Amino acid sequence: MSEIKKIKNLKEFSTSADRFEGANLLCPGCAHSIIVREILNATNDDLVLSASTGCLEVCTAVYPYTSWDASWIHIGFENCSTAIAGAEAMYKSLKNKGRLKQPDRNPKFIAFGGDGASYDIGLQWISGCMERNHDMMYVVLDNEVYANTGGQRSSSTPIGSSATTSPAGSISYGEKMNKKDLMGIMGAHNIPYAAQVAPNKWKDLVKKVQRGFATEGAVFINAVSPCTTEWKFDPKDTMMLSDLSTDSLVFPLYEIIEGREINITYRPKNVVPVEEYLAAQGRFKHLFKDQYKHLIGEWQTRVDENWAYLNRREEARV
Amino acid sequence: MAFDKMELRDIEVWDGNHAAAQALRQCQVDVVSAYPITPSTPIVEGYAKFKSDNYVEGEFVMVESEHAAMSGCIGAAAAGGRVATATSSQGLALMVETLYQAAGMRLPIILNIVNRALAAPLNVNGDHSDMYLCRDSGWIQFDAFSPQEAYDLNMIAFKVSEDHDVRMPAIINQDGFLTSHTAQGVHTLTDDEAFNFVGTFKPMNDMLDFEHPVTHGVQTEEDWHFEHKARQHNDMMTIIPNKIDQAFADFETLSGRKYNKVECYDMEDADLAIVCMGTSVETVREVVSELREKGLKVGVIGLRVVRPFPFFEIAEALKNIKAVAALDRSAPGGAAGMLFNEIAGSLYNTDSKMLLSGYIYGLGGRDLTKTNIVDLYNELQANADAGKVLTKQQQFIGVRGPKLAYL
Repeated sequence: MSEIKKIKNLKEFSTSADRFEGANLLCPGCAHSIIVREILNATNDDLVLSASTGCLEVCTAVYPYTSWDASWIHIGFENCSTAIAGAEAMYKSLKNKGRLKQPDRNPKFIAFGGDGASYDIGLQWISGCMERNHDMMYVVLDNEVYANTGGQRSSSTPIGSSATTSPAGSISYGEKMNKKDLMGIMGAHNIPYAAQVAPNKWKDLVKKVQRGFATEGAVFINAVSPCTTEWKFDPKDTMMLSDLSTDSLVFPLYEIIEGREINITYRPKNVVPVEEYLAAQGRFKHLFKDQYKHLIGEWQTRVDENWAYLNRREEARV
Repeated sequence: MAFDKMELRDIEVWDGNHAAAQALRQCQVDVVSAYPITPSTPIVEGYAKFKSDNYVEGEFVMVESEHAAMSGCIGAAAAGGRVATATSSQGLALMVETLYQAAGMRLPIILNIVNRALAAPLNVNGDHSDMYLCRDSGWIQFDAFSPQEAYDLNMIAFKVSEDHDVRMPAIINQDGFLTSHTAQGVHTLTDDEAFNFVGTFKPMNDMLDFEHPVTHGVQTEEDWHFEHKARQHNDMMTIIPNKIDQAFADFETLSGRKYNKVECYDMEDADLAIVCMGTSVETVREVVSELREKGLKVGVIGLRVVRPFPFFEIAEALKNIKAVAALDRSAPGGAAGMLFNEIAGSLYNTDSKMLLSGYIYGLGGRDLTKTNIVDLYNELQANADAGKVLTKQQQFIGVRGPKLAYL
């Protein structure tokens, strides 16, 4: 078992040796790079990483350059989970056969997929990896849209959001479906550990990720990743949007242990109205027109009900 | 826990699936990531049983689809070890995206394809549509005509594929049911002989070498993609054919069994020839022997290596032939058959005056009878006598209804 890295403060954390280099092509203000750095900097152990096709991949491994100072693989859109599961299987095999080049290491196997790659096209692959309980961590960089290809809706896109394939218009308020509950689905796999995280709550994130690293078996992490380009906010406001997402409880921070035990890990002192979260983003701008305003109230009700549901589960230990 | 070796008789009675599973066991594959599908399922089941009985030390990952099977193989191969799987037909079709990715990333992976028709209509029997589906995917492709060859070619495939000058994935084809489920005598190697032939896997650019981090599966656009693909093709055309010849020679030294990229049978003085693949090769050989007794100068070529296509060997083998038939066991979908095209390409711009005709046969497991083959040689004889192709260039044989002929 490897030692858990001790992190005292944000300054020290943010200046940790980077295995994900700042030299990448992600948009200014993109939360992906912040989340990935926070996760990788949470450990000193060796890393074997994968990424699905998407923003993170196309912006960090454009031949002949790479932003990764760690082993890294990309295959396709839907299979970064199974890519890392295959690598983990090889690690186990070579360890068993005594053929590892550096047998004293404790590598961490992490797959990064966007919400399109995770909620939609790669769901089956993730399910397989979780069911087989590979010793790996799957991380969703959840920006609630196919951002890399220009903002098409995914099954993570929330209701009322204007996406290019569910655009708001004179007779449409945009996306019609509710966001898929991927945490619930992963919880139903009864995996050792699943958690929802946000880049602004970095201590909470590090704690969960380190717990994930210390866990033997499959770990699922869903990270909210505010997208300056598709959510339509100023690049300097990424952390503000992240704060609004957690403090409005639109994106509650909690964990599910063995699929049975829910712990809410962050309770905002001052809960922000959902309206403020929506108002900060261009993708919800049309909701403030008279004809669609009723949706804001519905949003608040849905968030309140979900929060109450999580609290009931936490209390009942189910 | 150390794994157990298996004592084999010199000759075992195995079907093609079991022969392939035994070869994977003997090669001590580090990771098998697989998903079952008829008729390749017994390879996966056989390997699972070996694992359960402690004859396999490596990891065996039963995934949830063929796409995931190959995705797992790619991750495992990039991590740095020996990797194999098996599939057929629809499974291969689901897997195709990842076949191109594996080849593009130059990862040595061994894939047993037990050939089966592609739906629709759904069909579980043997034809070569799945083989043809991935023929341009960049994989080396061998074709086994019997369980013995399925066994031997697995070992040869590992040897070629894992060579550091090659680093290309390889497919071993065998006919669904006719090879995969038909038990025959198979001359075996001992576990030690087999493993020593392939040797311990030597990693290159392995993700598990933490002192040398490597990025696999990058993005290239119009600036580099073409050079990348061109280099792969160049290696397929120049380096890999020689490596295959070398592996065939090494295997002959070990086993006494000689393989060739183009398997010629009674071709030395033949005037008429059939070129085909799979179990049909053995059927045609039998007919050839019978016709030879009647004094007909006929021969048959079995294509052992489908990719890289052995252009020069085909041209050499056919240079004195008067009339040749290319037998394609796949619906051509509005074109000439693959073998017809490749043979034409091999001989065009040569001095050959060969008359070439193409035949589509055996789709969905339809039998190719000895009578079909005799009729075919008679047509070739008529063509040779007339000095021109008297029929249409493309005909269907063995299909009910009015005669189908085109081109």
